[in-house]
Amino acid sequence: MTDQTLIECIVNGKQVRLPARPGEMLAEMLRERLGLTGTKIGCNEAECGACTVLIDNKPILSCTFPAVRAQGRNILTIEGLRQISGDEDHLHPLQEAFILHGAVQCGFCIPGQIMTSYALLLKKPEPTAEDIHHALKDTLCRCAGYPTIERAILAAAEAMRTGQPVQPPQIQESARAQKVIGRVEMRPEAVEKTTGAAIYTDDLKFEGMLYGRAKRAGIPHGRLKKLDVSEARNLPGVWAVLTAEDIPGDHYHGLVIPDWPTMVGIGERVRYVGDTVAIVAAETKEIAAEALDLIEAEYELLPVIQDPVQARKPETEALHPGGNLLKHIKVRKGSTEAGFEQADVVMEHVFHTPTTDHAFLEPECSIARVNDEGRMEVYVGSQIPYADRNQVARALGWPEERVRIIGTLIGGGFGGKEDIMGQIHSALLANATQRPVKILFDRHESLVVHPKRHATQIRVKMGAMRDGTLVSAETELYGDTGAYASLGEKVMTRATTHSSGPYSIANVKADCYAMYTNNPPAGAFRGFGVTQSAFAVESLMDMLAERLGMDRIELRKKNALRVGSITNTGQVLRDSVGLVECIEKVEAELHRLAGPDPFAPREVEGSPHLVRAWGLAAAYKNTGLGGGAPDKSGAEVELYPDGTLEVRTSAAEIGQGLVTVLRMIVAEEFGVRGERVHVLLSDTDLTPDGGPTTASRQTYVTGNAARGAAVALRQALTSMLAEKYDVPPEQIRFVEGLAQVNGQEIPLGALATEMQSEGRAPRSMFEYWAPATRPLGEEGDMHFAFGFGVQAAEVEVNRLTGEVRVVRIVAATDVGTAINPLGLQGQVEGGVMMGLGNALTEHFILDEGRVVTDRLARYRIPSITHTPEITSIIVEHATSGGPYGAKGIGEIVSIPTTPAITNAIYNAVGVRVDSLPVDQEKIAEALAAEKAG
Amino acid sequence: MTIWNHYYLPSTLDEAIELLNQTPGSARVIAGGTDLLLDLQQGRHAPVDTLVDVNQVREMLVLEMRGTHLFIGASVPLNQITTSELVLEHAQALSEASGLIGGPQVRNTGTLGGNVAHALPAADGTISIMALNAEVEIASAQGLRRQALNTLFLGPGKSALDPHGEIISGFYLPVRKANQASGFSRIMRPQGVALPVINMAAWLERDGDRIQDIRIAVGPSGPIPQRITAAEDALRGRPYNEESLSDGLKAMLNSVKFRTSPQRATAEYRQKLAGVLLREVIQKVWQRAGGPVSHVV
Ligand SMILES: Cc1cc2nc3c(=O)[nH]c(=O)nc-3n(C[C@H](O)[C@H](O)[C@H](O)COP(=O)(O)OP(=O)(O)OC[C@H]3O[C@@H](n4cnc5c(N)ncnc54)[C@H](O)[C@@H]3O)c2cc1C
Ligand code: FES
Ligand code: FES
Repeated sequence: MTDQTLIECIVNGKQVRLPARPGEMLAEMLRERLGLTGTKIGCNEAECGACTVLIDNKPILSCTFPAVRAQGRNILTIEGLRQISGDEDHLHPLQEAFILHGAVQCGFCIPGQIMTSYALLLKKPEPTAEDIHHALKDTLCRCAGYPTIERAILAAAEAMRTGQPVQPPQIQESARAQKVIGRVEMRPEAVEKTTGAAIYTDDLKFEGMLYGRAKRAGIPHGRLKKLDVSEARNLPGVWAVLTAEDIPGDHYHGLVIPDWPTMVGIGERVRYVGDTVAIVAAETKEIAAEALDLIEAEYELLPVIQDPVQARKPETEALHPGGNLLKHIKVRKGSTEAGFEQADVVMEHVFHTPTTDHAFLEPECSIARVNDEGRMEVYVGSQIPYADRNQVARALGWPEERVRIIGTLIGGGFGGKEDIMGQIHSALLANATQRPVKILFDRHESLVVHPKRHATQIRVKMGAMRDGTLVSAETELYGDTGAYASLGEKVMTRATTHSSGPYSIANVKADCYAMYTNNPPAGAFRGFGVTQSAFAVESLMDMLAERLGMDRIELRKKNALRVGSITNTGQVLRDSVGLVECIEKVEAELHRLAGPDPFAPREVEGSPHLVRAWGLAAAYKNTGLGGGAPDKSGAEVELYPDGTLEVRTSAAEIGQGLVTVLRMIVAEEFGVRGERVHVLLSDTDLTPDGGPTTASRQTYVTGNAARGAAVALRQALTSMLAEKYDVPPEQIRFVEGLAQVNGQEIPLGALATEMQSEGRAPRSMFEYWAPATRPLGEEGDMHFAFGFGVQAAEVEVNRLTGEVRVVRIVAATDVGTAINPLGLQGQVEGGVMMGLGNALTEHFILDEGRVVTDRLARYRIPSITHTPEITSIIVEHATSGGPYGAKGIGEIVSIPTTPAITNAIYNAVGVRVDSLPVDQEKIAEALAAEKAG
Repeated sequence: MTIWNHYYLPSTLDEAIELLNQTPGSARVIAGGTDLLLDLQQGRHAPVDTLVDVNQVREMLVLEMRGTHLFIGASVPLNQITTSELVLEHAQALSEASGLIGGPQVRNTGTLGGNVAHALPAADGTISIMALNAEVEIASAQGLRRQALNTLFLGPGKSALDPHGEIISGFYLPVRKANQASGFSRIMRPQGVALPVINMAAWLERDGDRIQDIRIAVGPSGPIPQRITAAEDALRGRPYNEESLSDGLKAMLNSVKFRTSPQRATAEYRQKLAGVLLREVIQKVWQRAGGPVSHVV
């Protein structure tokens, strides 16, 4: 018998005949040879389910399915789903339901989710929630829209059974709703994300494109002594091998401090396993990989600095010229000494949180190419396009204008796509070869290389009076910022300023040491340091309540920040402090669900070893950069002769729904329906700088910029009409795509034409500057707005095994104004799931600077099976400066979840979790010791 | 540097064996590939010249009653095993175990043959059929032979099969008789690899309120998957009550040296969970084996 040299199969109803290729997987064949890029590769290791396609109606993982095995079989991919319903022009009910229910966020997992769901519905047309959890168990969504995915599947199933249209979800509109703002609006790019048409960077291909790879040091600390790339250079198919010597411009990059070597040169220091020593561009991925193996590097190994406490010891070697201390961050208010003296009760405890990874489902990818004018174009899904432009240009030694960053769709970011990851390398290689170069990280490289959430050690000491009044808080934080600065200083500043919780306390002292180590760098990650400090302080609040013999809700209410309170950095809160209402709303819901004492342990009937209880936590999180950093955003709005509008800005859509929000704002200002507004993001040639997509700032800052641009354009049109018709501008209205003047109705498109004929562009640009803030250490406003959140978690603990399950979450969030309620729901549910992962599943393990969790199989993120019932309560205390009163929500929704869960565990079984993630073995051990003692 | 060069899709055992015997370079059997392909892709297994895919080998896709035994072909996908009425009837421990392996996508390609041949001490499928007294059928150029399952394992990840000439063609599981039943459970950890902290399968035969006969397999309980005969002996012939169970547990803990696996579980935790699982599994199997339901904690 001969081996399989031909693949003949049916793909989406069409006969396909291709020569077999050694080592080729089905996903590759579909994506590379058939151009069916709707099938996504999230991990390439059979863990995430993004690559799911159907073979003879059964779902399989195409990333680990040899293409030759498709011989004689029938394959269905996301691109083929439409035709199933017999009508190419209409979406399949599943696609429609995913859109309607808001299950589509970044979209990267969606083809896999839909294909897995479709296979389920083939077998079970009337699935239960349990069937759905079972079927989607290993189809991961990092945006964690699991509850909406579940509802979408149920709705689609019903529509398919009954032949009726898909039923939309019940969404609570904003109490402050206007014509468009605060109402349900579909995500503009949702359709393409459900059909597989959505283009992420790796879906792009260019003529003559080469594949780039980086040679990583693989050692945590050492000096590069020798580097031999000659063999790699001689390998046929290799176009370039570059080392530090070949960098024409700056050798270092970094968002705040340029301390990160683009490549480590001979004689220079390697500071973590992900450091690069050489880069390669070759004709195929395989040749590039082979070339990496031919590069020989020799290192002098140096002792590894593993944690921030060790890094701060005087005898520890300095990793950077300025030493290992990136920053000592201080907060001072009143006198904590006096405060503790005055206090009736003082509690103190030390907490630990681990490094965690964003695990966005789309691994990093960038493509660079030199265009006909000799400029560098970089295609990348970046959270900060203008910072990319600056850093790429500096490395090339070019003026910034010679570089153009073209944003593609982003398959999840969560803070992990702010730093440079491959953009400079691909540009250097493209420059050297004059051919387009793609650099795609595999999951392993992504886990090892990109910046993480800081591991911390946090000591909290709090003093209270008998009546519960907090009088003193002292915290000491150590943050592991890893090898390079990234956004470490900013993140740890936020951790520090928020470390005594959302409370008004007269005397506060906080000290944080953000330390360099030989671990992967730590930077931005949804929550921005507050995730860590909220866990510490909210655990201590419960401990304190117990010591005081006081109800934990009362204790929090008594001290909660309110309008008029002074924060621990000395800021007077003038408006939009919905914390007390959040507490009260959660309290009421808890009483409704669990009676007068929800925090008491209850045995599960028939299973005395299972104990349930509720726990609660509160938190706040700044919106915007703050701390004196200029926080601005630019947006441009243009009206076209066909009556549609376009809003342009360089701000990133990372799944959070910014595109929808910008569309809604412009639609509101012109009185048109959302579909009439097109949103163009992140092209540094075409869109003004929107600043970084970080710190929950885009809805507020870029939202205001878009609104400003829309208002300015509307005013320009108004004055044109006022002059022409000689009416006062106040009498001109914009309604349903028409301008109303003197009883006459003029279509918007005609206005655009008219303005053009006057020689003016129907376009306006607006640069919005957020209210000025003050640096830490100076009194006054450190931030221009805060979001508040209170969550309660019901957990079930197995007293025998220590296993923990989260049963329910009640989340109340003060969002200012719920501009986009459907998107907000996705953010709340996804945020809760991420907080749940932070508590229960996620642990990025390092061993002497080496990454143990270097595969998705070892780094667990929550799956649909972890999903509790989530009740979201929206509280709207408008903030005066925000667009329509809105403030940021992307992070606050995720912060209280972890301490709510660990407090619930304590309430259930009396074991205080002071180190994350929750370790079931430790719980079991503590319970056994208690029994024995 | 591709992970394989030649790929064969034979449809009979003879063809498959011949291919394995004749290929000049390195060769390997591949079933679902859910273990093997990852090992190849991630460099834990050197690239191979030839892969012999056994997913279409007719004899290995059979699932049927054969006299006193249920025969399960080695290439039957795990999902088919999970949903098979025959397996539920005669080998419920295997139904339960195979249903827990991976998600539906992995179960649509993964096989019992691969789970067993991979020779991990805590593979769920393997542990379940250890307790079912499975025999393995091996095909080679000399023909088919049947042998006890435990003869297959040499060490963690090492089977006694000759990779260049032997294929597991299937498994024989004794049919279930009256008052007999089996079951499987495992305990996981939410962090890290999807390997159970501990898993356990039991089969037992009831005689009124006595345990007439019993088999228990636990993983990981040593370098290879194994039954815990000391615990079986301590429970055989005894009434089903707390005293017997605690003797069974004592015997288990005396004979098994549970290991500590970094980042997964300490030996002490495993010992503790062994007690929890033993009670849970035996209670479940006892109830399935008929008779009044009694509650032992
Ligand atoms: C996401 C994921 C989750 C998983 N979860 C679990 C789990 O919960 N529990 C668990 O036990 N396992 C789990 N696994 C491991 C794996 O899926 C199972 O072990 C599976 O049963 C292996 O079968 P396979 O057909 O894919 O084997 P393959 O990968 O094809 O083969 C495995 C090995 O067996 C050899 N082999 C295969 N078939 C034969 C045969 N007939 N004769 C001789 N040699 C053969 C191969 O050469 C190879 O060495 C998981 C894997 C993944 C990817
Ligand atoms: S890409 Fe295939 S499972 Fe993740
Ligand atoms: S929408 Fe699922 S990963 Fe983003």
